[in-house]
Amino acid sequence: MKSHVWRPLFVVLGLVAGILLFRAYYVPGTFGSGEYGFMYSYHNKENLEYWKNQPVRYRDTGKQKMHEYCGECHAEEVEVRTEDMHGIIACENCHGPALKHPDEPHMLFVDRGRDVCLRCHTQLPYTTSERKRIPGIDSNEHNPGLACVDCHNPHNPRLEDM
Amino acid sequence: MKRRDFMKSTIIAIAGASVPLSALEFIDPKEVLAANPEIHWAFLINTYTCVGCGFCVKACKTENDVPFEANVSRTWVERYVYTKDDRRYIDSPQAALYGFTESKIDLGARLGFKEIDPDNVGKAFFVPKLCNHCAAPSCTQVCPVGATYKTDDGVVLVDRSWCIGCGYCIMACPFGARYFHPVHHVADKCTFCYHRITKGLETACVNACPFGARKMCNIRDINDPITKIILNDRVGVLKDEFGTKPQAFYIGLASEVR
Repeated sequence: MKSHVWRPLFVVLGLVAGILLFRAYYVPGTFGSGEYGFMYSYHNKENLEYWKNQPVRYRDTGKQKMHEYCGECHAEEVEVRTEDMHGIIACENCHGPALKHPDEPHMLFVDRGRDVCLRCHTQLPYTTSERKRIPGIDSNEHNPGLACVDCHNPHNPRLEDM
Repeated sequence: MKRRDFMKSTIIAIAGASVPLSALEFIDPKEVLAANPEIHWAFLINTYTCVGCGFCVKACKTENDVPFEANVSRTWVERYVYTKDDRRYIDSPQAALYGFTESKIDLGARLGFKEIDPDNVGKAFFVPKLCNHCAAPSCTQVCPVGATYKTDDGVVLVDRSWCIGCGYCIMACPFGARYFHPVHHVADKCTFCYHRITKGLETACVNACPFGARKMCNIRDINDPITKIILNDRVGVLKDEFGTKPQAFYIGLASEVR
């Protein structure tokens, strides 16, 4: 066969060999696939450590764990919380992430703005959702400009205890 | 060779050849267990108890360093409002980062906000959403460089050092769960708080939800109370017809929720 057939073929073969060589050199040996096979899980297995080592910020302070951890020093505040009302809200939702508290930061930034309360206590006319159980206000009418915590105790929100 | 011997040896040879090689392999129980890990993470969302406070979005953005001012989020809450004259409105202002503090519906930049007459509201509810961590994820299939993958314990992750930012996976996700990270300039998505669940902590959103609308479980552990709910209760998944086998299960789905 004439060289005009062979020559492009050699060029293509050379390109393929070159790409394969570059790939072998460039792609780390830690690449592989896991339980979900090549289609779904071909990846660099070292990357798993990257995601495992992301910094944790929130200490779990849900309903039970706030008693275990926050209650050690702030027993009074945890005690005053009414379990049926604001007791379901994790401490860190308003007080901020507290993983290393009390070492770093020593004092937590407490979000005392109206916006925190309005997340749940905005009056919305949705009688079919859980909103119907939560007392709501119109923020533009209900003492605008004042902080909610000026009158209401967020740890014990019962109106009769105000 | 007699004809009888020939037949005998032929039958033996055929029977021997039909035994697959794998049948003769000795199986180590440890290897089988390693191939079927004990953990497969799944999510359960109860739309009945969600009130749209958005604490989950705030906790997620804080925990995972997603900028508050950028209008992208790993998780978000949608509001569905059905009016009595048979119209449906759906919105999620700033992914509900600050909750739903307006009764006006956010119809987008072009249409603005729409106030709905309270007497006209038929039903309304909130639906939290996040990555479904599908068992057959379309996003990892389309990645041209192998930067996004499914871990053995069922979480879909993105390799930030390997992602080229082509955005193909963002297009491929039927749920819109992926976005382009404004700081790292790669595709980003919910990781089920992989750094927390591998340390035995709850995800940031599950921890922040005051109403227990978000729960997480190991779906391979049939004694897990949340797994029992998924197994025994009537739960649904989003966009089942796409065949991606979502692992986020919903209680109280409406057909408009997709």
